[in-house]
Amino acid sequence: MAVSDVISQRAYVAAPRRSAATRLLEDERWLAAALLLPTVILLGLFIAYPFAEGVWLSVTDARVGIPGHFVGLANFTALLHDSIFRVAVWNTFVYTAVATVFKLALGLWLALLLNRHFRGKAFTRAFVLLPFIIPTVLSTFAWKWMFDPTFSVINWSLFQLGLIHSRINWLGDPSLALISVIIVNVWRGVPFYAISLLAGLQTINPELQEAAAIDGARPWQRFWHVTWPLLLPVTMVVVLFSVIQTFADFQLVYVLTGGGPANATQLFATYAYQIGVGTGLLSEGAAVSLAMFPFLLIIVVVQLLYIRRVEVH
Amino acid sequence: MARIHRRKFLKLSAAGAAGGLAGILATGRAPAYAQGTTVHWLRWNDFVPSSDKVLREQIIPQAAKDLGITLNIEMINGNDIQARTTAAIQSGTGPDVICALNNWPQLYAASVAEVTDITEAIGKAQGGFYAESTAVANDGKRWLGVPWCIVGAENSYRKSWFEAVGATKFPETWDEYRAVGKKLKAKGQPIGQTLGHSFGDPPTFWYPFLWSFGGAEVDQSGKKVVLDSKQTLESVKYAVGFWKDCCDEGGLAWDDSSNNRAFLAGTISSTLNGASIYLLAKREPDKYQTEKGTPLYQDILHGRLPKGPAGQFSYQLPMTNMLMGYSKQQDAAKKFLAWITSKPVYQAWFDSQGGYSVGATTSWEQDPIWKKDPVMAPFRDVGRGAHFPGYPGPANRNAAEVLSKYIIIDMYAKAVQGMAAEDAVKWASGELQKIYT
Repeated sequence: MAVSDVISQRAYVAAPRRSAATRLLEDERWLAAALLLPTVILLGLFIAYPFAEGVWLSVTDARVGIPGHFVGLANFTALLHDSIFRVAVWNTFVYTAVATVFKLALGLWLALLLNRHFRGKAFTRAFVLLPFIIPTVLSTFAWKWMFDPTFSVINWSLFQLGLIHSRINWLGDPSLALISVIIVNVWRGVPFYAISLLAGLQTINPELQEAAAIDGARPWQRFWHVTWPLLLPVTMVVVLFSVIQTFADFQLVYVLTGGGPANATQLFATYAYQIGVGTGLLSEGAAVSLAMFPFLLIIVVVQLLYIRRVEVH
Repeated sequence: MARIHRRKFLKLSAAGAAGGLAGILATGRAPAYAQGTTVHWLRWNDFVPSSDKVLREQIIPQAAKDLGITLNIEMINGNDIQARTTAAIQSGTGPDVICALNNWPQLYAASVAEVTDITEAIGKAQGGFYAESTAVANDGKRWLGVPWCIVGAENSYRKSWFEAVGATKFPETWDEYRAVGKKLKAKGQPIGQTLGHSFGDPPTFWYPFLWSFGGAEVDQSGKKVVLDSKQTLESVKYAVGFWKDCCDEGGLAWDDSSNNRAFLAGTISSTLNGASIYLLAKREPDKYQTEKGTPLYQDILHGRLPKGPAGQFSYQLPMTNMLMGYSKQQDAAKKFLAWITSKPVYQAWFDSQGGYSVGATTSWEQDPIWKKDPVMAPFRDVGRGAHFPGYPGPANRNAAEVLSKYIIIDMYAKAVQGMAAEDAVKWASGELQKIYT
């Protein structure tokens, strides 16, 4: 008997019997399913189920404590004739669009500054995150005080500097109220942009910048032709997340104005809460909430298609 | 051992509950329960902190002694109670008793246990409930909760400032109030009133304002919307002038605490509020002072909302304890409600309020507390003649929807912000039509 035969024979004998489960897991298709299962359960429980429940609620006449019956699209039809809802839709678009533009511009500017070398860089980077770290309700209360018509520190400062002669009614004036809540949203959202874009900037090879500089590119040209195209995929993802969050924003407006004055700052989420919880009309609240979905879906699909195009190029 | 069937057990329990009720109400004591019975009571963080202290330090141990139950009192922000209630009802688990504001018992009527027996007994023993408490806690057939109290709303005003412009007492009509307010605003001491989205001060001012001009949301049946009327239009036009002549224009964004701060800081001369401004100024006389350096509370008086062409009206904030239908401690929670609302037990909490809240029953008007401090005396009978949104119709779900959407407040806010009064009334009337039809 050859040596190799002896070894292979022994090895064959010593090999343990594999259980059915092990055999299944050795199959890649089953292993993938098993590994995905916890995620699927979590997503199903906390995302899919509430979403399906929300869809069901929106097509019933359910109230708090009363299951309700199927009413088709009656709740959505009613929304079309609801003037407060129309105001909320308009406000939400203005709020999201203006806040996103400012957050992107300021966040990018901050990221470019933070990407430079200076003393106290680590401390500054941590410090910049503060607005994002502080619980929203807490920081919004601070802003509420700063916008207080009587005790506003902003008004006091402007008055002391001689820039104003009568106080500014930040949250009481309908157009200023929306601007004020946008300011707070921008303040809170800029760090997210700055840190995410900073991470993106750090992935760009410095040699590319140096090569462009040697070729005589000015700082603006280096940014526009080298940095920006490479940063674009990251930027699009950050904007995508931010748009979703801003579109569905609730706590900031709830604390600052409660949607007032006269619905000047009413958003989708605050109006859905007002109807669903304040009045107990769960079905109509769900319909308001769900009305966000098509808008968000379009925004997300357009952005994802754009990201894919950018990545292909 | 003889077996007791479920049906028989329930019968015995019901008989025991009904029979023992008179005794509980008379003595404030109830039979002890087996150890381990916990009753969870959710209520707001009181604007009078000493009352929360009384509940924690006095009522909880007393409940253990008298009822043999562990009382778990959870106090949260008033604005968050509805979210908690909704979650509890939908999930079928949560606090056994929830202290509701406004007409929430009507909103959650399908999810509360009937408490007619104990409520009727309490009403009978304590001189009857005020009409407003009945309107929010009774659906015409049964009691949906046990009325707990009414938070009184009166105008807190600066005595010396009013006297300086010739008002030796609080104005009795809107015209008088406007004339005084105009002079005060000219001196930089405006009236402070909110037109923002907040559950307390905006509705308690603007609903009675509407009623006092003869305006109303619906007729008595509660089915026909009558808001678009000459009287409502008159009230909106008056409000625009009143706002411009007399009010602090920052009030468009105020919440329920903004006017307290403004008054305590001396930037407004009068505001419709609970007695919390006066009580706080009295508790901290060194902190809150007048421009002359004297304690502020000595310069504060209280006055009723003025009369309009249709009379004098008020809307006070009613509170009701709802026994939740999903509670597994029905019997214990019911006995707890009878016990806590009985005179001997309620007295301790009532005293701690110092007049900030009045009882939901009329007998509390006779309490000696009202003789202790003449400044608080106007609150004694605020419950009488108070109405709830929806008046003269029922305080039902539709009234709650109008209230929670701030439609009446926004009607005035829109006009104050420049919309034509006719358009503001038409807008509000249109919104009401959608809700009521």
